Amino acid sequence: MESLYLAIPLASLMGAIIAGFFGGYIGRKGAHTATILGVGTSFVLALLALNHHVFNGAEAYNATVYTWMISEGMRFEVGFLIDNLTVMMMAVVTGVSLAVHVYTIGYMADDEHNWPNDSLAGTNSYQRFFSYISLFTFSMLMLVMSNNFLQLFFGWEAVGLVSYLLIGFWSVRPTAVYANMKAFLVNRVGDFGFILGIAAIVMYTGSLDYYEVFGKAGGLSSQTMSIFSGVEWNVISVICILLFIGAMGKSAQVPLHVWLPDSMEGPTPISALIHAATMVTAGIFMVSRMSPMFEYSDAALSFVMVTGAITAFTMGLIGVVQNDIKRVVAYSTLSQLGYMTVALGASAYSVAIFHLMTHAFFKALLFLAAGSVIIAMHHEQDMRKMGGLKKYLPITYWTSLVGSLALIGFPGTSGFFSKDSIIEVVHHSSLYGHELAYYAVLGGVFITAFYSFRMFFMVFHGQERMDQHTKEHLHETPWVVTGPLIALAIPSVIIGAMTVKTMVFGSYFGNSIFISESHNALAEFSHGFHGVWGFVEHGFKGPALYLAALGVISAWWMYIKQPGSADFFAKKFSWLHKLLENKYYIDDFNAWAFGGGSRGLGDRLWKVGDIAVIDGFFVNGSARVVGWFAGVARKVQTGLLYHYAFAMIIGVLALLTMFVIL
Amino acid sequence: MTLEALNYLTAWPEIFLLTMACIVLVVDVFISDDKRDFSYYLSQLALLGTFAMVMMVQVDGREVAFNNMFVQDALSVVLKSFILALSFAAFVYSRDYLKDRNIFKGEYYVLGLFAVLGMMLMVSANNLLMIYLGLELLSLCLYAMVAFNRDNGNASEAAMKYFVLGAIASGMLLYGMSILYGLSGSLFLSDITVAISQADDSRIGMVFALVFILVALAFKLGAVPFHMWVPDVYQGSPTAVTVFIGTAPKLAGFAMIMRLLVEAMGDLQADWQQMLIILSVLSMATGNIIAIAQTNIKRMLAYSTISHVGFILLGILAGSNEAYAAAMFYTISYAVMSLGAFGIIMLLARKGFEAEEIDDFKGLNQRSPWFAFLMLVLMLSMAGVPPTVGFWAKLAVLKMVVQMDMVWLALVAVFFSIIGVFYYLRIIKVMYFDEIADNQPLSCGRDMQITLSSNALLVLALGLYPAGLMSLCLSVFA
Repeated sequence: MESLYLAIPLASLMGAIIAGFFGGYIGRKGAHTATILGVGTSFVLALLALNHHVFNGAEAYNATVYTWMISEGMRFEVGFLIDNLTVMMMAVVTGVSLAVHVYTIGYMADDEHNWPNDSLAGTNSYQRFFSYISLFTFSMLMLVMSNNFLQLFFGWEAVGLVSYLLIGFWSVRPTAVYANMKAFLVNRVGDFGFILGIAAIVMYTGSLDYYEVFGKAGGLSSQTMSIFSGVEWNVISVICILLFIGAMGKSAQVPLHVWLPDSMEGPTPISALIHAATMVTAGIFMVSRMSPMFEYSDAALSFVMVTGAITAFTMGLIGVVQNDIKRVVAYSTLSQLGYMTVALGASAYSVAIFHLMTHAFFKALLFLAAGSVIIAMHHEQDMRKMGGLKKYLPITYWTSLVGSLALIGFPGTSGFFSKDSIIEVVHHSSLYGHELAYYAVLGGVFITAFYSFRMFFMVFHGQERMDQHTKEHLHETPWVVTGPLIALAIPSVIIGAMTVKTMVFGSYFGNSIFISESHNALAEFSHGFHGVWGFVEHGFKGPALYLAALGVISAWWMYIKQPGSADFFAKKFSWLHKLLENKYYIDDFNAWAFGGGSRGLGDRLWKVGDIAVIDGFFVNGSARVVGWFAGVARKVQTGLLYHYAFAMIIGVLALLTMFVIL
Repeated sequence: MTLEALNYLTAWPEIFLLTMACIVLVVDVFISDDKRDFSYYLSQLALLGTFAMVMMVQVDGREVAFNNMFVQDALSVVLKSFILALSFAAFVYSRDYLKDRNIFKGEYYVLGLFAVLGMMLMVSANNLLMIYLGLELLSLCLYAMVAFNRDNGNASEAAMKYFVLGAIASGMLLYGMSILYGLSGSLFLSDITVAISQADDSRIGMVFALVFILVALAFKLGAVPFHMWVPDVYQGSPTAVTVFIGTAPKLAGFAMIMRLLVEAMGDLQADWQQMLIILSVLSMATGNIIAIAQTNIKRMLAYSTISHVGFILLGILAGSNEAYAAAMFYTISYAVMSLGAFGIIMLLARKGFEAEEIDDFKGLNQRSPWFAFLMLVLMLSMAGVPPTVGFWAKLAVLKMVVQMDMVWLALVAVFFSIIGVFYYLRIIKVMYFDEIADNQPLSCGRDMQITLSSNALLVLALGLYPAGLMSLCLSVFA
């Protein structure tokens, strides 16, 4: 199996290399054929691995593929840890990636229009795009397949890099450059925490290997460290919170979420692939993988849960006031990531991963549907200029409806199972902050339903608000766009019912996830589980379903029945509307405090530190001194033989004086 | 005494080289000027043959010959093979240069072969007399080689200075040796070691002798303040001779230090360590700073040599087996880099043009991107930038100094290296960013192209895989 595991990331990498380095020679067709073949191979092999582990029940595979170096007993390696958790992630990543590859052929077909004439960056941009998304697949696979922190960090940074490249793909647009810079900087903050966490792990365990570190996690929970003198902190809590700060960056949790909405500046396939289905889930995956460590720290788990709850609720609220179709989906993603994080905090890792999986399908579906709408509307993204698209885009309409229903948790859809599980598990949790989390996720259900159907109604129903020219050209998008939509719609409905039993309540994750005895929320919840139908029935008894229905009805009333009422409410609660429209002023605060602050500091350092001290004194000063000295010393070399001999004699005398006489 | 008792087979490579040098001397007299290539090939054959024999020498620890005068050990085998290889490459580089200047004569090769023989004897010496004889054989050949282009005023002046100062240094060496002989009653290194370890009253005399011997060693390597000859000789000699002087003799000098200071006078380490610190700091400071003010690249490389010698001394003064290995690694890699750099200068030179000024390198990248790249690698290596071997050499030496708890010394070394980076980078800047000044196409034989390319690439390869050379050096002192 080892060569098979190795082939999974390498097949994608090969595609990326071929399309990236030889894109000019092989042309567009060659590039997308090569990358799709590469990712397709990865997907098929990932399915084989899935079959091997899940259905044939193979043992977890943990082995080193390559030893990079051994330094002072520390092993720096490339290795794979393949178990049920990993194979599921691999299948999701490669599957979504394959769909996106196919979809991209249609989306990027006329990419040359996005570049100014004669733009150097615009040449072969199509091939470059395919190279990037294959490279992303490779990086993500390396991240999830890793068996050590070094490779995890490599994958972590590599997906960050590709995400940066892709958000700013249209590098001639200032907004795209701004957005990718922002994503990069915000992720730096998270990654700083992440690498500090890894450093702390190395410091206290002396190893980078997962299993070795996990084995020592219990011992660490009784140790303390004092970073500031006098304050003792529990080592495992510090490590876990630092690691989670990394996850907050990648998985866009408040307050490091600010980059994700802006990342929609990138081409839509990227929004679907990276910012909905895969990269943002890296943090969720990482925390689940590290469950043997997080379980020892109640403090870290509470931190995780509260962060997730805040994200789930507040980000959903922002989605309510957005008018850009992709931004609505983006805020919805943020909110759903919050749900997953809450589940992690409640020690229900399997539920988080379950929601991650179902979300990957219906969110990719919604993104691609949004993309389909955008293509049909000639790259118009403002929902206020849409409406009544149902009759022009029937396939997109129905698939969007499926995606939206799954997102709000319509009974029987995949989203229903995962979201209801989260709400129930939080209900059973006993950690500090679980009440706040419970009401946040419940309130989130109403908000989710409201903004989802607000978008749905604004786009597909009501008046046709687009201009005449656009209207004449409206037609369903080509099969490469609609094909993936249909392909994603099916699992959006059924995958939940199919897998909820094994993934959430069964022993699917086996040893890959560890839950300590004291965190038994999931176990308590499992007691009430009596089959899939029982679960659906149970859903009718809880408040969540009715909240969702209320959300849909409110949206219908405000945007279809009484179209003017939305404006009325916006005026009535103008302070709230303004707060939401400005996204709680977090961006402004960041720009003012961090942007302005660091610019001011940089300015000061530049003027005082750089120009005066370093340039003036050290660089130019020392250069002058050295130059002067060189000029003087050069004169000692007179070229006269007796001077040379004299210097030698002086040298001998000096040495004799120093060592013999003194 | 029978011939077998001399155990002369141990010295077989030297005997072969001597024979071949004599043959070249005689043959060269009888061939006409247009067949002079024959002498060249014969000399190269001599070097190759000697190299093969050195390779075949099986050393189990240590083997002596000629009544303990001559020793063959791991140190001598490794250094000899590098001396031969470096000399071989220097001969390859020199051929076109000599031909262009009408000084393509057999004497160059005969003198060169005898110089190599002198170096090999120095490396294998086990007796003060042997060291002195080897050194004189080398030095006399070098004096003559510097003056080889006798119609050139600069060369004659350089030879004169070299000769007179060399004579002073030799005198000091002899003086120091005679004191040692007087105190210990023997010329054999092993006896001197014993005498020093037992010396109490005469210790001051030993230190007195040490000063004179150290001065001669410092002169040979070109450490400040005994460096004055280096710039003048490097600049004044024909480049074909500079390349020879600037490479293999450094290894012989290193061997001489090992034999005299470490083997014979190891018990005086506390004293020579202090002396070497002074010489080393002075060399690094003077070499790096004055090199900045140079406009002539040969002179600049001369000062660069002085600064590198400072680094080699750092390794020696750290005084552990690992540190000697680091110093040896440094010496070998420096000799390889220096060989390549002078090779590039000779590549640029042509009939009636010397390419000695830094300005002659302007826009080299446009004339020949490949050789500009090679020079870039060589300069980066001299500056100590990874991934070249120069980086590892500096790192290894500095690590040893730090292990000796002389952090301040390591900081001084790093400080002056940083100053030194300037003049190496200037060459790179001139090659890549300045307007082209000389449009003549570069021409040289295929043999030179291949040797020069592999020479510079070796610097890169050793930088990527330093472990091989490093473990070789470590095995010598294990």
